[in-house]
Amino acid sequence: MQAFGMTVNDLSVAYGDRTAVKNVSLDFAPKQVTALIGPSGCGKSTFLRSLNRMNDLIAGCTVTGEIWIRDQNINSPETDVVSLRQRIGMVWQRPNPFHKSIYENIAFGPRYHGTKNKKQLDEIVEESLRKAALWDETKDRLHNSALALSGGQQQRLCIARSIAVKPDIILMDEPASALDPVSTAKIEELIAELKQDYCIVIVTHNMHQAARVSDKTAFFLSGEVVEYDLTPTIFTNPQRRETNDYITGRFG
Amino acid sequence: MKAKTVDKIATSVIIAIAALIVLVLAGLLGYILVRGLGHVSFHFLTSAPETIRKGGGIGPQLFNSIFLLVLTMIITIPIGLGAGIYMSEYAPSNKLTNAIRLVVEVLSSVPSIIVGLFGLLVLVNLFGFGFSLFSGALALTVFNLPLMVRITEQGLKGVPREQKEASLALGLSKWKTITSVMLPIAMPVILTGTILAAGRVFGEAAALLFTAGMSSPRLDFSDWNPLSPFSPLNPFRPAETLAVHIWKINSEGLAPDAGEIAAGASAVLVITVLLFNFAARWLGRYMYRKFTAIK
Repeated sequence: MQAFGMTVNDLSVAYGDRTAVKNVSLDFAPKQVTALIGPSGCGKSTFLRSLNRMNDLIAGCTVTGEIWIRDQNINSPETDVVSLRQRIGMVWQRPNPFHKSIYENIAFGPRYHGTKNKKQLDEIVEESLRKAALWDETKDRLHNSALALSGGQQQRLCIARSIAVKPDIILMDEPASALDPVSTAKIEELIAELKQDYCIVIVTHNMHQAARVSDKTAFFLSGEVVEYDLTPTIFTNPQRRETNDYITGRFG
Repeated sequence: MKAKTVDKIATSVIIAIAALIVLVLAGLLGYILVRGLGHVSFHFLTSAPETIRKGGGIGPQLFNSIFLLVLTMIITIPIGLGAGIYMSEYAPSNKLTNAIRLVVEVLSSVPSIIVGLFGLLVLVNLFGFGFSLFSGALALTVFNLPLMVRITEQGLKGVPREQKEASLALGLSKWKTITSVMLPIAMPVILTGTILAAGRVFGEAAALLFTAGMSSPRLDFSDWNPLSPFSPLNPFRPAETLAVHIWKINSEGLAPDAGEIAAGASAVLVITVLLFNFAARWLGRYMYRKFTAIK
């Protein structure tokens, strides 16, 4: 399968008069994990939610700039938002499985996108759960409610759900911050696995996590990208004083 | 005064008020049931009323009440769901939609006798529907519809935003997201609200006096052709409901046992409305469990 990345040009986001993200340009390479770090309110989550046009849902929110995937600017008004979102998966801070069975959580998307064959759906469900390292724990109770799973399992189910529709890119908004350390470790392992196929953009508050899972890191401050570089460089040899202050815990 | 004493006084006052409410309710229910239940029998529930002789029943009235409720719900539920979905998910938030919301609120608080008179002038006379179940159902729709709209809107607004976003992020259309993800979650709220609204429709009298009418043709319960004038299923026949019947025999009943009939009918009405309430709570809890916990 061919891997795709994403290029963001001069993206700004405003809620009414207040600018939350200012002229951000970033390049997300395929088969790489990019971490977005920064103090609360620095605009990193807002930026992430703009990448799959989720901010369209919020009244008074305007997003300007260009977001390129596969030679298409997805931030242009002509883009079909519904079909675009199939190419960009998303995982939220708190696990949000549908109030359906484990099987239905995964099969729901592919079925809507045209896979009606029961056998094909079964295969997609198994493959997605295997990729999310959840198959062994759930294969005997696929038709039980997803809400009976633990928080960590629910989060892996949400990841499985998003890869079931075969996206190019997966956006993760602090995917482990509501989980215990063991579940967090599993999610991080999973991210390392998934990066072989997808371009992953992850927002995180946990700097150790950013250092562990990502290839590149962007440091956000007050809606702007202060520094964007290879993760080891950011954490060992940052070029800007603000970055250094933040990663050494002097603020944020 | 010490904070602890104030707290104690406030707590006892609140408990006293709560106890008073429970007592009044229990007394009212007890009085109606004790007076009426002795008169309720299978014969009473199934036979036709008598005008001047003893031993009449409430069969047709009970049937009319249920049939009218079904008709009202058939009209209200699709329109109410549709309007509620529109108000919650599609309507932009501006002056016009705020005005619509206000009108909906006002509509549901119009006194029911006014709705009845409106029904008489517009539905019965102007549109020529006559005194009929259909006129009655439309009159009831006037204050049932706002409730349905509000219930649906609140149910959908109560769905966590992440659920909606998760579905949209998979590339599902807005409509599919509403029908497959949001409505199932909102369903317990919507269903409970609908049943409670149904209880109100079932007990309504004032709006029906001038719309569904105060008499029933002699119903032939073996004739199920909805077009025949004596068929119970004909929606264009006049139909006296249970609540209207209670009002009528209490004010102008000629039968020697009018008092007991009114008491018995009241007990039946109260029990039915109570059943609606219990069913609503049970169903709401059952569906909540079904949608959230292990199957």
